[in-house]
Amino acid sequence: MDYFAQQLINGLVLGSIYGLIAIGYTMVYGIVGMINFAHGDIFMIGGFIALITFLILVSLGLTAIPVILLVVLLVSMAITALYGWTIERIAYRPLRHSFRLAPMLSAIGMSFVLTNYSQVAQGARVKPIPPFITGGYTLHESADGFVIQLSNIQIMVVVTTIVLLAIFTWLVSRTRLGRDMRACEQDQTMAALLGVDVDRTISMTFVIGAALAAVAGLMYLLYYGTVDFFMGFVAGIKAFTAAVLGGIGSLPGAMLGGLAIGLIETFWSAYFSVGYKDVAAFSILIVVLIFMPTGLLGRPEVEKV
Amino acid sequence: MTALSPATASASRSAGILPLLKTAFVNALVALVLFSLMVGIRTEAGSDGQLTYWTRFGELASLVAAVFGGSIVIELLRQWIGPTGAEKLVPPAVQSGMSFIGRYLAPALLIFTLLVPVIFYNQRYILDLAILVLTYVMLGWGLNVVVGLAGLLDLGYVAFYAVGAYSYGLLATNFGWSFWICLPLAGILAAFWGVLLGFPVLRLRGDYLAIVTLAFGEIIRLVIINWQELTGGPNGVSGIPRPSFFGIPLDNSDDGLAAKLGIEYSPTHRIVFLFYLILALALLTNWVTIRLRRLPIGRAWEALREDEVACRALGINTTTTKLTAFATGAMFGGFAGAFFATRQGFISPESFTFQESALVLAIVVLGGMGSQLGVALAALAMIGGFELFRSLEGYRMLVFGMAMVLIMIWRPRGLIGHRAPTVYLTKAQAISSDLVKEGHG
Repeated sequence: MDYFAQQLINGLVLGSIYGLIAIGYTMVYGIVGMINFAHGDIFMIGGFIALITFLILVSLGLTAIPVILLVVLLVSMAITALYGWTIERIAYRPLRHSFRLAPMLSAIGMSFVLTNYSQVAQGARVKPIPPFITGGYTLHESADGFVIQLSNIQIMVVVTTIVLLAIFTWLVSRTRLGRDMRACEQDQTMAALLGVDVDRTISMTFVIGAALAAVAGLMYLLYYGTVDFFMGFVAGIKAFTAAVLGGIGSLPGAMLGGLAIGLIETFWSAYFSVGYKDVAAFSILIVVLIFMPTGLLGRPEVEKV
Repeated sequence: MTALSPATASASRSAGILPLLKTAFVNALVALVLFSLMVGIRTEAGSDGQLTYWTRFGELASLVAAVFGGSIVIELLRQWIGPTGAEKLVPPAVQSGMSFIGRYLAPALLIFTLLVPVIFYNQRYILDLAILVLTYVMLGWGLNVVVGLAGLLDLGYVAFYAVGAYSYGLLATNFGWSFWICLPLAGILAAFWGVLLGFPVLRLRGDYLAIVTLAFGEIIRLVIINWQELTGGPNGVSGIPRPSFFGIPLDNSDDGLAAKLGIEYSPTHRIVFLFYLILALALLTNWVTIRLRRLPIGRAWEALREDEVACRALGINTTTTKLTAFATGAMFGGFAGAFFATRQGFISPESFTFQESALVLAIVVLGGMGSQLGVALAALAMIGGFELFRSLEGYRMLVFGMAMVLIMIWRPRGLIGHRAPTVYLTKAQAISSDLVKEGHG
């Protein structure tokens, strides 16, 4: 039971990170109707930028951890968001009205570019950082000495996710930008006729998605303590699986899917074999899609003739 | 990476040099921010796990300068050429000339390919490269059945390649069966997996299909890595027998083909044999595809690609149509896999990553979906082009990715053109399918 509770905590934390990346997929899919294959690599870039900012701040002699965290958060969000904006301008905007496969291939190409750019620029080795946030709470100690731990970093990941999700839900449902985004999701041509700047809205979608991916990258860096140039691919596929599982295009679905994938993966590694954890996640995706072809919270697709 | 915005580009076309400089300046500024940390600062983990870093402001400055200069050049080119269209880019006279050449290109290319081992007999490198290119031609033609003809987006094609390779590798090393027994078996097993993948996918459309095929490809690869007892895990399968000339080994022994024919043995014999083997397999794929395309099932594939709803309304059984497309494509992937295993003599999961799937898909799409000649030329261009950058190890995939993005922007429908449906009811549509929005696959 204690073991189960500990795994539940670990799974929820991992799921929060996946959920943050999945939101970026879901938003872009909702508005442009394309899979942004490079999104996982944007997450990786976010992790790298956070790592480098950490290094600089520490070598400048800064010691106040909250200040460091805040600066790192802002810098990595800002630069990664600019990456998202640039990628949309270069690789996706010219293809917006092209046939279906073109933007997908261009996105796959962009993903290769980002992976190898980061490998060339920063090397192929895994980059560790020393643990910044240590300590935690012991929730429960059983008679045989098994301890349920809740570390500060885990609390931070979950709290950050909840806060960001709240801000984001407010953004989509209450602001002008959110209204424009929902309008573009419904019908781009009609939205443009009614005075919505479609290009700007789509750009902002990529910017916000990339910024959230940067936060996920920072959380990953803090939680696991390492980044490497290849981590975007696997994390990206998992997050995309999460988005599809939850019903692509649905924001609560993305979060739910992220948590589901995180829990499945953690429990599978805990009770069965670590090697097959990804197989388990992908198999469950296939099974869910057989019975719910549009995911858990997805809207049924209307066939247009 | 230059950040060119179409809005500012059109503004600068009418105006003078000042907006041009302004655009270039903005692009350079964007580049400065993008590259500042990733390029300007290099991190490295020391032996004690401590991270060190050093600055590379020289590289950063030259990159930003390159973006500045590059955006000026691109802007000038854009103003000089003006709005690009097919007419302007390739004059009509050249176009008609090209279509004249196009009619004779396929036979000419085939004859040349047949003669490659004769011409380049002593150049082992070129022969190896030709075999590699033909392997990808075959894979491209195989995937073309699924993506090009039936319009089903398959991101996990490499799984069938892997199934074929491991089928042959394991059967040959464990039971000692010959290549010629294992080849059809590898094809059948891969086709079986194709059908197995086809079932869950039947109800899915578009991007859901893409992610499930991607997941399927990853599952196969992960199972291969983890099922150590059967597949050897990350170590792979080694000692896979080389192919024999219908039972006669191609080696230096007394039973070898060279001894039987009474000619001097040369290791090139085996390479030449492998060359003709993959050529025959590729041509088989091509022939079967062209034949199938004229049969009702091939017509059904094309109809499915054009419009699934209309397809069902006409009473075409979409279930069998999709399953046969997956099975046929997978079978050819399996053949190619078996060939790969016998050529390498060693297989490991590293050869069957998503990158391979993306490469084959890129060949199909760049060649023009459904066009057999286009796929062959795209394989030649991509694999040959890839070889040109072999010395630039780390930069190779970077260039490959950039090329994929640029070609998609320049010719989203593929380099060579795509295949229109084989039959039309009365006459061809007035509007080409290029111009209308595509139905869901």
